[in-house]
Amino acid sequence: MYATNYHRASSVQDAVKLKSGTEEGKYLSGGMTLIATMKQRLASPSDLVDLRHIPDLKGISVNGRSVRIGAATTHYDVASSVELKAVCPAICDLAHHIGDPHVRHMGTIGGSVANNDPAADYPAALLALDAVVVTNAREIKAGDFFTGLFETALEEGEIIVAVTFDAPEKAAYAKFRNPASRYAMTGVFVARRGNGEVRAAVTGAGADGVFRHDGIEAALATNWSADALAGVTVDASDLLSDIHASSEYRANLVKVMAKRAVAAA
Amino acid sequence: MGVEGIGASVARKEDKRFLTGKGRYTDDMSVPGMKYAFFVRSPHAHAKIKSIDISAASAMPGVIGVLEGKQLQADGIGNLICGWMIHSKDGSPMNMGAWRPLAHDTVRYVGDGVAIVVADSLGEARDAAEAVVVDYDVLPAVTEAVKALEAGQPQIHPEAANNLIFDWQIGDGGATDKAIAEAAHVTEIKLHNNRLAPNPMEPRATLGIYDSAEDHYTCYTTSQNPHVARLVMSAFYNVAPENKLRVIAPDVGGGFGSKIYIYPEEIVCLWASKKTGVPVKWTSDRTEAFLTDAHGRDHVSTVKMAFDKDNRVTGLKVDTIANLGAYMSLFSSAVPTYLYATLLSGQYAIPAIHANVRTVYTNTVPVDAYRGAGRPEATYLLERTMETAARELGISPAELRRKNFIRSFPHQTPVIMNYDAGDYEASLEAAMATADWNGFAARKAEAARRGMKRGIGMSCYIEACGIAPSAAVGSLGAGVGLWESAEVRVNAVGTIEVMTGSHSHGQGHETTFAQLIADRLGVPIDSVNIVHGDTDKVQMGMGTYGSRSGAVGMSAVVKALDKVEAKAKKIAAHLMEADESDIVIENGELKVAGTDKALPWFQVALAAYTAHNLPAGMEPGLKEGAFYDPSNFTFPAGCYICEVEVDPETGTTEIIQFVAADDFGNIINPMIVEGQVHGGIAQGIGQALLENVHYDPQNGQLITASYMDYAMPRADNLPSFKLSHQNTPCPSNPLGIKGCGEAGAIGSPPALINAITDAIGNNSLTMPATPQKVWSAINAAN
Repeated sequence: MYATNYHRASSVQDAVKLKSGTEEGKYLSGGMTLIATMKQRLASPSDLVDLRHIPDLKGISVNGRSVRIGAATTHYDVASSVELKAVCPAICDLAHHIGDPHVRHMGTIGGSVANNDPAADYPAALLALDAVVVTNAREIKAGDFFTGLFETALEEGEIIVAVTFDAPEKAAYAKFRNPASRYAMTGVFVARRGNGEVRAAVTGAGADGVFRHDGIEAALATNWSADALAGVTVDASDLLSDIHASSEYRANLVKVMAKRAVAAA
Repeated sequence: MGVEGIGASVARKEDKRFLTGKGRYTDDMSVPGMKYAFFVRSPHAHAKIKSIDISAASAMPGVIGVLEGKQLQADGIGNLICGWMIHSKDGSPMNMGAWRPLAHDTVRYVGDGVAIVVADSLGEARDAAEAVVVDYDVLPAVTEAVKALEAGQPQIHPEAANNLIFDWQIGDGGATDKAIAEAAHVTEIKLHNNRLAPNPMEPRATLGIYDSAEDHYTCYTTSQNPHVARLVMSAFYNVAPENKLRVIAPDVGGGFGSKIYIYPEEIVCLWASKKTGVPVKWTSDRTEAFLTDAHGRDHVSTVKMAFDKDNRVTGLKVDTIANLGAYMSLFSSAVPTYLYATLLSGQYAIPAIHANVRTVYTNTVPVDAYRGAGRPEATYLLERTMETAARELGISPAELRRKNFIRSFPHQTPVIMNYDAGDYEASLEAAMATADWNGFAARKAEAARRGMKRGIGMSCYIEACGIAPSAAVGSLGAGVGLWESAEVRVNAVGTIEVMTGSHSHGQGHETTFAQLIADRLGVPIDSVNIVHGDTDKVQMGMGTYGSRSGAVGMSAVVKALDKVEAKAKKIAAHLMEADESDIVIENGELKVAGTDKALPWFQVALAAYTAHNLPAGMEPGLKEGAFYDPSNFTFPAGCYICEVEVDPETGTTEIIQFVAADDFGNIINPMIVEGQVHGGIAQGIGQALLENVHYDPQNGQLITASYMDYAMPRADNLPSFKLSHQNTPCPSNPLGIKGCGEAGAIGSPPALINAITDAIGNNSLTMPATPQKVWSAINAAN
């Protein structure tokens, strides 16, 4: 790691101020990707502004079906929230299967969403739940937020404050892990929302990152069952291919994981 | 056996310090004035070095020195050697290219060392290394052995035309061809034994210390055989004469073969210490380990196995191409020849065998011994072939093996080995009983009802350990003898120190060697210290690899103990005025048999050192040494059975049951043996299901250079193993030990792949059997 300067922000305003005074500063919210990248000397921010200890960014609130998760809430806190589990167990289950216990106690939902790793779990949940990413400047719908591999709609210096969504009627997430990294090689989050809309979002497989699959959504809107997916085809041409999984294999996994998610929902 | 003697599952003495973080590894060593090294490494798989500019780096903060290969060569430091000469079948010696500790004209794999930076801190050394400007002329690269032999491929060493190192054969080609021509059935199969990275928990490290006042070097290093390191660095690399070079391998956290060899870093850090005037420490990081630790396996083989009408094997013909990487590592030539093809008879009476082996240079890190070293490759080849043949012949795989088992000993195979003892049927029967082989059909049917494909596979392995008479291996090309030394020092108060040339890097020698002493003398193991890993403390040794510490290292201790006991009995007889032949050693006492006369062990020891009243003419003291040269290899063997369920939707394999029935000869500590088998099976399952080194075939970049892409086995990949032993004592050494360190890694891959191919009904599956490959194989079979 190259030398860097660490700052712990006390508030969102403090964080913005701290970062604006740096040469090439970066926000840090868990650092589960950034720190590893810095250790490999592939990233060299002059400063790190840690958002993880800002009180306003922490915590989960559930009002009826309305959910708000603070950006600096750890995966462990999401996984173990009794209030959240009562209305949306799928997202607790997702959080419980991110990384390992160390990662779950350090990594945060805001950090994960802002990084938009194509193999991260949360982006699938946010997209399927039609969640809103609340920043210090505006509210961005998940469908507009994830714009490509490691790319988001966030402007320079913009900070995610929270993620909000309405708890779905039914939802579940099924992922197939990469045998080496155990990141999602393909993960599918299915949700049937209160307004009757069905969404299926896929992570780990798309060449442009997380995406919704129309065919799966249409089949499930007609018949919410794993069997309804038997006739769905998944086009491999827009999927990732690497030494672990070809695009054809990932296309198969999209369908299989969708079936398993529906069965578990 | 007593509670601490041979056969007792004594808790490991060394575990207290390991488990409480108090182990002392090379990276834990610090000396006054010590500085840190970082190596500049080639980012290219193959390139000419046009120039190296160290001027900017040398001026960086904290930098003490930046050194490159030309200086090293000018100082007379020699090239790295391969210690086993192999001749091609036309009689010509192997075509060995130069391996310079620091490359200065050509780099041949990604990670090849080009320069070393020594600085006050590791960070400063690394910063300066980035400022070393190397101008490369990038050349085309080739990473696959089969391709490297083809016409028009990049030529890696001028000494090796078409990248061929040697073209070697063993066995009787004519007789084998005749057996195949006359066979009632021939099974043919093509196999790839996948390339593995060793991944010891502790990465390699070294600390080079040059003392200008004494003109003396000390080398701390992560070595499985510090004496061989000293020998080679002294005799071939001209670092320093043996009396001016001390090599210390302190606690070492795993080796699996990868720490047998002397790598460039030890040599360069010792040399750099003299050049810069400061002690120089280097510790590999994990990606550097993937890039530079010697890899294992990487064979491509074609096999023909001939059967007569009664399903007896009449001949075996093997053609193997082995990838040795960019340079010939220390024992690289022996692995795909004498450690591999000599085991191709397996547990079977095969009248005719012929194997042809071509070894090849590629633009990849050197390949050398990795847990099993040649024997896993032989076993995988034989046992995949046997299982395939059974399916083709329509008979039970157990029945086919039974029909062909060797049943009388000694047995001379057509490929050098002379098996001294074994009972292969006993392990087969035990494994099948434990696995409930006969109930498999019902379990398969039940799994099918759940939509799962269940399969069962077996593997009957043999290996050769305790490598082996020095004169014999010398005649086959080995550059060293393969004996072991020991010294038993009895202190004046009766406590005991055992100096051994064996080296423990996780095997538990401090416990098992002490158990031998406890067993013989009846003293508590707490009064015994095992000293190893330091050339200043132990005179000479050959180190630990190939499951040789028990069979060879402990046999040397037995010989030294014999001498100590003989002298102690003489003293006791003298003191008790008895006949020497009446003295027995029991429970820590020397007794006159049939009487109540006895002397405690410590009193005899004290008498030896006070020397007030010794037999006439006897020298004072109680200390004896011995060298033990084995009369033969040892031949552990066993039967492994694996049962799996494959999810046809994803291709995921779950191991439902894994049974290991082993014959290790006599066992010193069953708990430690069990641990060795567990670890070996885990590594074998890793090879079969998960692990694979992947170089980009176009540019030679290592894709699997971290755990993000290199899949290691984890606890949830593994079932609980069911182990048993059917031991036939080894007649070739005094303790009857065969060895257990590699068996798990040797026997498990074919059992697992045989189980998966049984489940999916497609035999053309390569390791690692990843979900994607299994899914594809299922779809291809449908």
